[in-house]
Amino acid sequence: MAKMTGAKMVVEALKREGVDVVFGFPGGAIIDVYDALDREPSIRHVLVRHEQGATHAADGYARASGKTGVCLVTSGPGATNTVTGIATAYMDSVPMVVLSGQVPTKLIGNDAFQEVDIVGITRPCTKHNYLVKSVEELPRILKEAFYIAASGRPGPVLVDLPKDVQNAKAEFDYPDTPKLRSYNPVVEPHNRQIERAYRMIEKAKRPIIYVGGGVVIANAHEELRELAEGIHAPVTMTLMGLGAFPGTHELSLGMLGMHGTYCANMAMANSDLIVAVGARFDDRVTGKVDAFAPLAKIIHIDIDPTSIQKNVKVDVPIVGDCRRALQKLVGVMKKAGRPVEAWKDQHAAWWEQIRAWEKRHPLTYKEEPGVIKPQFVIEKLYEMTRGRAIITTEVGQNQMWTAQFYKFDRPRSLLSSGGLGTMGYGLPAAIGAQMAFPDRLVVDVAGDGSIQMNIQELATAMEQRLPVKVVILNNQHLGMVRQWQELFYDRRYAATVFGVTPDFVKVAEAYGAVGLRATKPEEVEGVLKQGLETDNLVIMEFMIAKEEGVFPMVPAGKATTEMLLV
Amino acid sequence: MKHTLSVLVENRPGALSRITGLFSGRGFNIESLAVAATLDPTLSHLTLVTTGDDFIIEQIIKQLNRLVDVYKVVDVSEGEYVSREMALVKVRAEDETRAEVLRMCDIFRCKVVDVSPKTYTVEVTGPQSKIQAVIELLKPLGIKEIARTGTIAMVREKKTV
Ligand SMILES: Cc1ncc(C[n+]2csc(CCOP(=O)(O)OP(=O)(O)O)c2C)c(N)n1
Repeated sequence: MAKMTGAKMVVEALKREGVDVVFGFPGGAIIDVYDALDREPSIRHVLVRHEQGATHAADGYARASGKTGVCLVTSGPGATNTVTGIATAYMDSVPMVVLSGQVPTKLIGNDAFQEVDIVGITRPCTKHNYLVKSVEELPRILKEAFYIAASGRPGPVLVDLPKDVQNAKAEFDYPDTPKLRSYNPVVEPHNRQIERAYRMIEKAKRPIIYVGGGVVIANAHEELRELAEGIHAPVTMTLMGLGAFPGTHELSLGMLGMHGTYCANMAMANSDLIVAVGARFDDRVTGKVDAFAPLAKIIHIDIDPTSIQKNVKVDVPIVGDCRRALQKLVGVMKKAGRPVEAWKDQHAAWWEQIRAWEKRHPLTYKEEPGVIKPQFVIEKLYEMTRGRAIITTEVGQNQMWTAQFYKFDRPRSLLSSGGLGTMGYGLPAAIGAQMAFPDRLVVDVAGDGSIQMNIQELATAMEQRLPVKVVILNNQHLGMVRQWQELFYDRRYAATVFGVTPDFVKVAEAYGAVGLRATKPEEVEGVLKQGLETDNLVIMEFMIAKEEGVFPMVPAGKATTEMLLV
Repeated sequence: MKHTLSVLVENRPGALSRITGLFSGRGFNIESLAVAATLDPTLSHLTLVTTGDDFIIEQIIKQLNRLVDVYKVVDVSEGEYVSREMALVKVRAEDETRAEVLRMCDIFRCKVVDVSPKTYTVEVTGPQSKIQAVIELLKPLGIKEIARTGTIAMVREKKTV
């Protein structure tokens, strides 16, 4: 076998793993890999403007496509700039491989120019990471990195590549399957536990299915739907679970939690059985844990045993792939052969109660003459895209209004930083999603604060000719923080009002994109129409009500039944 | 409740700091930690003593198992187990106390491993409680320095006649 350099090996491994696009930013410590990549026509490289952008773009690509996202960065500052993006992917279980350059092995630990212990820095926010010490172990490590990133509960893996390892030569012996005796994620759920779960479902009078991002990751949406329809049970979703079950389905109660619907939170609180699938009982969902669903028994399906029994007591834990677990559960359900009418009868009183809650406090907002309401913009966006767009969001009120008022019917159509809540996520993630799906409509819903965190990536989108649409809901505040200040800090708006905000229309134009603005409700539809029809990068800025809040809201630390309503 | 965990982990750089990082990152405490290679040089054996209620210990064990490099975790304190610790104690031993130190060593079956005109250095091994007892008794004589290994532990074999 002919020998090849470490740098070439990296490119060969990318090819073998089916990688077609890499997001990155070069530097001296990774220049050799860049040189090798430049000679490989089958892999596209997207040059970002900041390494955080590379990680979010790889993340958006991964969430939209289900494939592993890849970034390439240099040592030191290049590597440290990826940390927020890595942590974001880690919290939301996104498969990602980050390749970072490193100073030559003999300089490691010497405070060399642009040296940083990135393996040490990222240890708590990667699923696993490697410092490659010799070119001989590089093929094995690359194989393991891709395998670990995508299997079990997915997550980011970092591989740190010293410059001399990139230059050294060895045989490229790429394993077909990695040999990792210590890493064996449990995929196959336990049959007895599935049987137990079914018997519990059979007895329940007030069941609810509670769905998280795990269902999206496992591509288990079909099976989920079969179960929900089969037992005629209501379904509520976390932010990450939106789209796993159609938001327009009659069984859907929408999102639950801090900004969830009244109905979903009341139904959780009053249920006698929670079937949790790929969701982790995050504090934004449970509110005050002691007061959470006091009467409910809990069945919890998750591929990660650490998620089970972490925040709430679980009666039937099921460790395994969500899809396999739901398939098995549906299998048991079908074998039992109970007609759906029987389920409907059993849950009739429950549904009556649920419909009453829905009627009492539907998701709504107050219109004000002459003022653009953000919810109205999202409703119109939903109508005009017929729910077909891939939506990314930034973080804050813009994110929550999107979650509430855009009805996600399909998985992988909402890309949002749920776990870490990273401002600046949406634009680069939209770039990644558009790279994965050049023909689909990709919209980033942004706040005026968040968009400024990675606004430099407009250049990346222009360079790649990506017709991403950016909807800025401009309330001239860091809205979500302002809302907390309004409610809990006597309206002292400490540091939530910008003294200077750029003219976003001109910003768009400065990058060669199209900028549009609406200041009155009558202009909203026109701007959206024009923006969505324009085959270019477009920023649509909507000057919205300055002090609009996101409601319902469960104040932090309160029970989920103690909602503030519109 | 105190728990003694026995962990088999890949003998690779970073593996140990991943384990200790897991404890510090989640606010769990490590009371003692001892690590060394096993018969298989690619695996290290690690004994870790920590405290927590059942809930926390369950989380710790699951979190450890989740690490890519961790091969096996056993809570040895769930059943019968033997545990040992070793300490080196440098104790003041001048004219009037020299005999006293030696007498203590004799009672506790400790070994004197170094002697100077003013000190004895004593090696003690045993369960943690014994080490503690020896230290308490030597304290009034004047301890100058202590080095302890942390606990190592093993599950007892089932005995059948
Ligand atoms: C990187 C980062 N810094 C700070 C925060 C805290 N934070 C959460 S929401 C928010 C306000 C966001 O303002 P904007 O982007 O204008 O959106 P709006 O809430 O007004 O829709 C802030 C500062 C965060 N989530 N991420």
